[in-house]
Amino acid sequence: MKKLWTTLLPLLWLPSAGYCSPWALLDPKGPIAADEKHLILTAFALMLIVVIPVIVMALAFAWKYRASNTGATYAPKWDNSHTVEVVVWTVPAIIVLILGTLVWRSTHALTPEKPIESSVKPLTVEVVAMNWKWLFIYPEQGVASVNRLVIPKDTPVDFRITSDTVMTSFFIPRLGGQIYAMSGMQTNLNLLADQTGTFRGLNTQFSGEGFAGMHFETDVASAEDFANWIDVTKKGDARLDRLSLAKLENPSENVQPIYFSSVEPDLFQAILSKYAPDTPNRLASRCITPSNLIQAQR
Amino acid sequence: MFQSVLFGKLTIESIPYENPIIMGAVGASAILTLMLLGWVTQRGQWGYLWREWLTSVDHKRIGVMYLILAGVMMLRGFADAIMMRIHQAYAEGAGHGFLPPEHYDQIFSAHGTIMIIFVAMPFFIGLMNYIVPLQIGARDVAFPFLNSVSFWLTAASAALVMVSLAIGDFSQAGWSGYPPLSELKFSPGPGVDYWIWSLQLGGIGTLLTGINFFVTILRMRAPGMSYMKLPVFTWTILVTTVLIMMSFPVLTVTLALLTLDRYLDMHFFTTGMGGNQMMFANLFWIWGHPEVYIVILPAFGIFSEVVPTFSRKKLFGYASMVYASIAIALLSFVVWLHHFFTMGAGADVNAFFGIATMVIAVPTGVKVFNWLFTMYRGRIEFTTPMLWSIGFIITFAVGGMTGVLLSVPGADFLLHNSEFLVAHFHNMLIPGALFGYLAGFSFWFPKMFGFRLDEKWGKRAFWSWLVGFYVAFMPLYALGFMGMPRRLVHYDNPIWQPYLLVALFGTFLIAYGIFCQITQIVVSVRNREALRDKTGDVWNSHSLEWSLPSPPPFYNFAKIPHVDTLDAFAHMKEMGIPHRAQAPYAPIHMPRNSSLGVIIGAFTFNFGFAMVWHIWLPAAASLLAIIIAIVARASDEDVDYMLSAEEVARIEKNGASASAHNSAGSSSDLITQG
Repeated sequence: MKKLWTTLLPLLWLPSAGYCSPWALLDPKGPIAADEKHLILTAFALMLIVVIPVIVMALAFAWKYRASNTGATYAPKWDNSHTVEVVVWTVPAIIVLILGTLVWRSTHALTPEKPIESSVKPLTVEVVAMNWKWLFIYPEQGVASVNRLVIPKDTPVDFRITSDTVMTSFFIPRLGGQIYAMSGMQTNLNLLADQTGTFRGLNTQFSGEGFAGMHFETDVASAEDFANWIDVTKKGDARLDRLSLAKLENPSENVQPIYFSSVEPDLFQAILSKYAPDTPNRLASRCITPSNLIQAQR
Repeated sequence: MFQSVLFGKLTIESIPYENPIIMGAVGASAILTLMLLGWVTQRGQWGYLWREWLTSVDHKRIGVMYLILAGVMMLRGFADAIMMRIHQAYAEGAGHGFLPPEHYDQIFSAHGTIMIIFVAMPFFIGLMNYIVPLQIGARDVAFPFLNSVSFWLTAASAALVMVSLAIGDFSQAGWSGYPPLSELKFSPGPGVDYWIWSLQLGGIGTLLTGINFFVTILRMRAPGMSYMKLPVFTWTILVTTVLIMMSFPVLTVTLALLTLDRYLDMHFFTTGMGGNQMMFANLFWIWGHPEVYIVILPAFGIFSEVVPTFSRKKLFGYASMVYASIAIALLSFVVWLHHFFTMGAGADVNAFFGIATMVIAVPTGVKVFNWLFTMYRGRIEFTTPMLWSIGFIITFAVGGMTGVLLSVPGADFLLHNSEFLVAHFHNMLIPGALFGYLAGFSFWFPKMFGFRLDEKWGKRAFWSWLVGFYVAFMPLYALGFMGMPRRLVHYDNPIWQPYLLVALFGTFLIAYGIFCQITQIVVSVRNREALRDKTGDVWNSHSLEWSLPSPPPFYNFAKIPHVDTLDAFAHMKEMGIPHRAQAPYAPIHMPRNSSLGVIIGAFTFNFGFAMVWHIWLPAAASLLAIIIAIVARASDEDVDYMLSAEEVARIEKNGASASAHNSAGSSSDLITQG
């Protein structure tokens, strides 16, 4: 009986601040996720202006003009009204105009490659999607980990993402929106966590048999804890180089965290070049993004 | 060597005989098929079936065969759905459900492919086959033989999907088959090839149908029926055929490129070697998004016929409805990127496609309001088709709202690939397509078979579907907000499980709805004398199909009617213009039945199957046979005949229900004789 109660209790949890509610998307732990949540709620409210009248009218008209209600007005030939036509074209058009403005602004504000403004120097993390786990390389710190992302609180994180396998999607719901990871290409995602805690990250793009086991925990730590974690990790003895990378490439799922105390330089670039050997030369120092890959191929 | 010539990659191990679930499904399908074949044999109906149905070029017969195909495939697609729901409801933590990933992945891939390509498409194509020529006062479609070929290509592709159950496996790369996952490197088995060939061959059938009905509506309208006098259903079909002709070639080419990758080691979409996986996503959805409107617009047309009929009023804002359909069709080609805002195309591109997507909501909203104002000041009768329509309006409004939400790129970054998305597109396609087709099915069933469907079971089916839909899909919206992605074979979050159990219960309600529909047909066939429609105009409706007897004679119109107004038949009734043709009659030019359609279909199946298994010789032979069949048809002079005026007079006098194709049985004969 107790088990049933503990199962049902969370259903009553409504989104609220202070602890991790099950409603991941309504429980942001960073400004990007908070803005995206706000965007959902605003767009939702705007649309209710049209949707509620539709539902009410459908029920009210069906009830009032039921055949048995012979007292109601009956106008069998009434098939046109300029007033109604004007209203049904313009009201949705105005709402779409408002929403369109919202889309234009929010899309530019929240575009994933846009750096987050902050006085703190951003942390760069290189992310590689593998079958079926996530590899995180900290190029400035020279460490790496599998399926455990540790980031400092209140520090912008510049994720540079690619794939060593099929198309996947990198997503930490409580920190903000996702972006695809694709082989031979680099996508960018900028996120910031403003609360400490452990948050689930995952791949949302189906990627084969081990897809369901391709998730990780994100530890948002204080600046000191993060520095400590780097120090502790550096004391380990596992090195991430091409050889250990090749071992990691063997398919596996639900992988427990692995830590690497040192990383071969430019390994991320090597993974990119594996699938697009010509592109980096042609693009010189620029990174390969989906749009300039197409240009490069022309 | 010898074995590879005869069997290609096919071995005895390709049959998953060790898997009890698959073998159970195969066994059940085989037993049902054998029972059906035995029943036909016992009745001695093979000759009748062959002469009057399988080789028929009559649009009405072909329409009914499409509907049967859609019905059979829907049972298969729904079996997949219920297995997924049961599995996910018990796939929490250590309990990994009852399906291994490689089986679960096939099920959701097959479910999507089947429901879109082999249920939605044949369902509306069946209805349009039957109804469109009748609505425009035509005796058949522009290319009756091509129509038969289209059907048999679709049936052959559906058979290919069914065979993948027993021999080999189906794709495990999702219904959209994104490379690189669908490339040889990551999907070496025959599954993706089954997916490719069934989509490819069925797609060609659909394209031919699109061309056929486009020409039919353009060229074969009754005299006087100008474009703004076309019934709205025919209008939406006209727009749909344009969408088909513009989008299906993209699918054909995209699949062909993937085929070259998989068969000839090319690199269009591979990782590395210059392949570009993003190109596939773009091309697929350049077809895929118009495809959504291809299945939804015909349903909009059906609602536009049903709502005025049962509101006992004229359709509100006919011109608006027409322009809205055209606007939706045009816009449907500039929104494809909203399927992958998360690919990193940049803010300008994402914003453009987000806004374009929202703009579609305007003409769609106009349609919804026009149906509402058709009900306004009407005398609404709550028949089964009308219930489907009202259920649609309310449910579709909710789905439209979540759709606009997803079209905001910033919001989509959180909701993409989640259960919220799954809930959204089911919320569009179940009311927006299926409810429409089911409304059309019960609306036009009396026209097709000469008797009405049982209302009691029809209403039970409606309420089970409607309530079942909400119970099954509202929890998925919630799960999306909890961050649950789609296509999970197992998960470790116990909070999700109660929601999935509720969704499973909803699926059982829908299952009961399907049971009610099957029962409805059985009960109605048994009660057909009481439900008989003797007037031909059972609902007191407005367009030309109702001016004919139910079912119509095989030549449809003894004399082609002259159309003066919109709602031509309503006008005739009002003015007291006799709508049944009077003597003297003229001879009627009719197409002859042809066995080449079914033969081309059979070789198409052979070709597809041989290509899947790399059995090159039979594949080449089948292709050659298809070409020979086409050449034979092209050089056949004896493809038509004249039905004499006396014969027309005899059939008209005896009433159409006694009439027959080449003098042997009508649409309802198979049932009444059986």
